[in-house]
Amino acid sequence: MEKYVCTVCGYVYDPEVGDPDNDVAPGTKFADIPDDWTCPICGAGKEEFEAES
Amino acid sequence: MKPVEIKEDIWWIGAVDWNRRSFHGYSVSPLGTTYNNYLIVDDKVALVDTVDKHFWGRLKCNVAQVLGDRKVDYFVINHLEPDHAGCLADAVEHYKPEKIYVSPMGEKAMKAHFHYKDWPVEVVPTGSTVSLGKYSLNFVETRMLHWPDSMLTYVPEAKLAFTNDAFGQNIASSERFADEYDPWVLEQSMRHYYANIVLPYSPMVIKTLDAIEDMGIEIDMICPDHGLIFRGDDVAWVIEKYREYAAQKPKNKAVIVYDSMWKSTEHMAEAVATGLADKGVSVKIYSMKADHHSIIMTEIFDAAAVVVGSPTHNNGILPLMADMLTYMKGLRPQNKIGAAIGSFGWSGECVKILTEWLEKMSMDVVDPVKQKFVPDHEGLGQCYELGLLLGDKIQEKLAE
Repeated sequence: MEKYVCTVCGYVYDPEVGDPDNDVAPGTKFADIPDDWTCPICGAGKEEFEAES
Repeated sequence: MKPVEIKEDIWWIGAVDWNRRSFHGYSVSPLGTTYNNYLIVDDKVALVDTVDKHFWGRLKCNVAQVLGDRKVDYFVINHLEPDHAGCLADAVEHYKPEKIYVSPMGEKAMKAHFHYKDWPVEVVPTGSTVSLGKYSLNFVETRMLHWPDSMLTYVPEAKLAFTNDAFGQNIASSERFADEYDPWVLEQSMRHYYANIVLPYSPMVIKTLDAIEDMGIEIDMICPDHGLIFRGDDVAWVIEKYREYAAQKPKNKAVIVYDSMWKSTEHMAEAVATGLADKGVSVKIYSMKADHHSIIMTEIFDAAAVVVGSPTHNNGILPLMADMLTYMKGLRPQNKIGAAIGSFGWSGECVKILTEWLEKMSMDVVDPVKQKFVPDHEGLGQCYELGLLLGDKIQEKLAE
């Protein structure tokens, strides 16, 4: 599964790890994360993320 | 204040803002502040950061005192917030630098701030080096410490790091070095600055300090852009302090913060405090009418428990508590137990709303206490019991 990078702060969302602290279970694809989820480091919205090149 | 040579040919040329009492409008700065910037005089002359726009004249005067007729060749812009880059447009026009060094995110911020067309900008990602002659500049991106564009500039030959906002304190002083200043006041100012500015980026602080350690670079001078400079033994001390702050390890301490209309919630707060104190917890009570949210936040920062109180007002909470909760949530405090208290007249939404805020901050929330109109002996007893319960929870947390 594809990783996504926050263009604001560089945080990498890894679907295998998820973001359990914010109720995103391991194994969740980036596309399946709720729209109101925000970057756990800088708080930027989901739209600020890009697929890791 | 006149320029001060802090290492051979490296000068502090900042401005001391003695009268500043509000830092960026959200935090108090009772001791004023400084806008530190620096000048390295080598084969090439580099200006590191600028100052608040209000002090543009001071900057020019300081540069002239150090350089005489020599020109400034390079600018290093570690961060674009106006208290550091406020004079940048004036300085570019006045000094016509050959190069302006900036981080990748800094370039984006610089464009959005200044809308320039032909500035000689060079992006310097982590690992980039620029030689000035005997000295060189090594750049390290410190994204989200505390803005996306933040950058650290290290001068290996001088073992000196320009850290911009990191390690800053809001202190206006005639002294330039931490070892010349009252250590207690310094530590309080550092704590206030960290709790209100750096706190949300604590994971970045740890990451950056680890990265610096892994790089094995020697630092014997840390030059922040606000307040006093750290040298000698103070370097290890301030790094250790930042590790301690970033770890957010709770102390045997609770903070009760409330607003009250007719003193019912105030009396409830005092009863909770008595329960906590009886369990050996150090308690501080703050009324929102008496203190600024940044002062209260500095106390919440290292507390193990936070009790928030408000009566129900128009089916909501009092506005000063909404201010505090909005501010606190933005700073993302970690490792805390939370509890809500409040009184009410007809409907009683206050504790539900307060509890939701605490849950949004991922606090370990206990059941609230709500009282109708004026709490009696039994009602205050429930508050006292809440204090005892929180005292036990705090001891459990500290034992983890």
